[in-house]
Amino acid sequence: MPILTWPVSEESALVHEQFDDIGQQREAAKLGMWIFLATEVLFFGGLFLSYTVYRFAYGHVFVEASRKLDVVIGGANTAVLLISSLLMAFAVRASKLDQRRMLTGLLLGTALLGCVFMSLKGVEYHKDYVDHLVPRMGFKWEGADPGNAELFYWIYFAMTGLHAIHVTVGIGILLVLALLAWRKTFSNGNHNTVEIAGLYWHFVDIVWCFLFPLLYLVGHR
Amino acid sequence: MKTATEIDIQTEGEMPREHYLNVKTGVKAWLLTTDHKRIGILYLWTILVFFLIASVAAAMMRIELLTPQGDFVTNETYNKLFTIHGVLMVWFFLIPSIPAVLGNFVIPMMIGARDVAFPKLNLLSWYIFVAGGALTLWAIIHGGVDTGWTFYTPYSTTYANSHVITMAAGVFVAGFSSIITGLNFMTTIHKMRAPGLTWFRLPLFIWSMYATSVILVLATPVLAITLAVMCVERIWGVGIFDPKLGGDPILFQHMFWFYSHPAVYIMILPGMGVVSELITCFSRKRIFGYGFVAAASMAIAVLGFLVWGHHMFVSSQSVYAGMVFSILSFLVAIPSAIKVFNWTATLHKGSIHFTTPMLYALGFIGLFTIGGMTGLFLATLAVDVHVHDSYFVIAHFHYIMVGGMVMAFMGGLHYWWPKITGRLYPEFAGKLAAMITFAGFNLTFFPQFILGYLGMPRRYHAYPPEFQMFNVLSTAGASILGIGYLLPLIYFLWSLKCGRVAGPNPWRATGLEWQTPSPPPKHNFEEKTPVVTEKPYSYSAEEDADLNLASI
Amino acid sequence: MEKVVDPKIYFRTAIVLLVLLAATWMIAYIDLGPFNLIAALAIAITKAIVIALFFMHMQGSSRLLHLAAVAGVMWLLILISLTLSDYFTRSWVQ
Repeated sequence: MPILTWPVSEESALVHEQFDDIGQQREAAKLGMWIFLATEVLFFGGLFLSYTVYRFAYGHVFVEASRKLDVVIGGANTAVLLISSLLMAFAVRASKLDQRRMLTGLLLGTALLGCVFMSLKGVEYHKDYVDHLVPRMGFKWEGADPGNAELFYWIYFAMTGLHAIHVTVGIGILLVLALLAWRKTFSNGNHNTVEIAGLYWHFVDIVWCFLFPLLYLVGHR
Repeated sequence: MKTATEIDIQTEGEMPREHYLNVKTGVKAWLLTTDHKRIGILYLWTILVFFLIASVAAAMMRIELLTPQGDFVTNETYNKLFTIHGVLMVWFFLIPSIPAVLGNFVIPMMIGARDVAFPKLNLLSWYIFVAGGALTLWAIIHGGVDTGWTFYTPYSTTYANSHVITMAAGVFVAGFSSIITGLNFMTTIHKMRAPGLTWFRLPLFIWSMYATSVILVLATPVLAITLAVMCVERIWGVGIFDPKLGGDPILFQHMFWFYSHPAVYIMILPGMGVVSELITCFSRKRIFGYGFVAAASMAIAVLGFLVWGHHMFVSSQSVYAGMVFSILSFLVAIPSAIKVFNWTATLHKGSIHFTTPMLYALGFIGLFTIGGMTGLFLATLAVDVHVHDSYFVIAHFHYIMVGGMVMAFMGGLHYWWPKITGRLYPEFAGKLAAMITFAGFNLTFFPQFILGYLGMPRRYHAYPPEFQMFNVLSTAGASILGIGYLLPLIYFLWSLKCGRVAGPNPWRATGLEWQTPSPPPKHNFEEKTPVVTEKPYSYSAEEDADLNLASI
Repeated sequence: MEKVVDPKIYFRTAIVLLVLLAATWMIAYIDLGPFNLIAALAIAITKAIVIALFFMHMQGSSRLLHLAAVAGVMWLLILISLTLSDYFTRSWVQ
């Protein structure tokens, strides 16, 4: 696999006083972020557990309820996040190559796609509300087992809602980083923060990769 | 026979002029510190406040239980008292105690580092802890919560009229403090060990803290989502635990105990780590079976995640799942037992010094063994059916938490007090308090085993008159236990001004933290980072034949 | 010396991910019974691995980071499987 190397001056990078060298600092930051992502897996995990238990209990109703979700918006959102991940990966690369303008642009681009995701989500939630699919807010279910259907939608809103909160936080982080990048904070080897933020953003993307089929494509359509 | 202090006074009897406590003083210097040692002290003061409040709740409960009638407080108030006691003791005292106080202080020094991996996150974790505590105290002041520390549904989601959401929010927030601490410790231990300090040269306290951190990091997020989901259901009126929708209230228990069982290992593993340090130092002997003790710590951390259903044997959980959880619960007792065997074997033919920390460590071994064994009785499905939700369970976990964990915390506090403050606590008072605590503890909780076996249920403030005698004994014991805890508070404060100067290594202990002055400088090691070339615990009972640590 | 990844790898990864998305979509419109779930999960897991390996630079990183990445998932599987052991066997109780 072709990998380019680029000499970066290490001496000017900022080593915090508890670390011996920049390598130790970067490795520690990466390990810390991966451990944090493991905690996030378990945080979402409680909801994945609820989904699993009730899907096995009420499979038919879940299939019916899932079909009422807007799979076009859901699918589009998946593509939006995947492309945003591509931009983020390039942003990390730009930070290592000391490309200030490119980095700022890519960070803003990723944040923009995040906003597109949130906008589509907003449109979709509104549509769900109009279609009487929001639990306790005018919920109406024509078929059998309305309780179980309401349970499905509760889980749908909880999981996508929690995910949306994470996307929002991510957008906020990206905007702050874009500002700092414009101010040359990430030059001269000080690129680790961008990589760490990238790990978070990719994780948010991965969660959605599971949410899309599990919520929108429960059974065949 | 030369005493340790005689050696000290002859060689290094003065406090270092500049150290981490006086390098920058003032409120801002403390509230904005990133020094792991100061953060440990901040945590110490904070958990002390919560311990006192929770103890007052316990005292009120024990006063109520002096008589069979519920005449001291109302039903509702009693429910709020045991909830306050449980919530504060578990999340705001036991879980942070050794990790956030002793762990924060000692871990970087023990591995030869200047600080933890993420010092600013460390400070943030303390602020988050205080914020969570503030929310919880708000809930208490405004009338409290009566669901029990376990927040079972559907009472917590639907029927309770108390400040469930605020208290759950307080616990939710405090959980993030735990996660950050665990993350910080894991990264520190992986990435910042001194040159030559390989994994199998680490002190066992580090192994225990690493295992604890794994649990902190993997279990706490599940508690967080569980409490959040419970609160949403309470606010919204419908949710995943709601039978009206086809939901199952028992799902809450699965999610809650998936965290809360490993949580008890978060509470006890650090104590075991401290005991390993104390037993070796005060037997002047390398620990027996170092590898087994280290592996046992990791085994407890992993196996502890597989047993949560033993809290749910009578909840309507499938009896087949119950059998699986029962067998796994038996398995998790094995590594704990291995540790007890290894500590005992370390004592054998060692040169025992009955210092205050050692008294606490020996107390731990005995009381933890009783607590652990009764855990096996509870893990037996058929027995648990009878004693579930009785005082037998209460006695079991108090033997482990108070007889085990709190004694280990006291032992560790006494052991590292000279390092933290540069001064020795008064040894006679220390030994006295340790023995009062041991006596008071047993008088408080042994009768509760009998009460539970005889059928007295927990969380009731009125009981049949035939149970009164044991309840009176228990309350009497609690008063004595209270004195046992009050004495150290007094003499530790006294020692700050009037204690004898300790010197770098009053216990003649091995371990990198004893290679620095007491109190240590801000960055722990003055000149160069220490280099480690040998296994830990290179004690020799023969060489130390002249030593008398217990007379300091 | 900092390793910088060739852009071609990023582009190829993105294309693979979008192809997998299309596959998920198309399979959803075919009735495979219980295999719909299995196929959907398999594709989601593949996507996750691809993102982790190439976007998150798991490929070429230390075994410790691999362990951290896997641990969360393993623990989630413990949570789900042991909880399901209750729900699946409740009907066995007479």
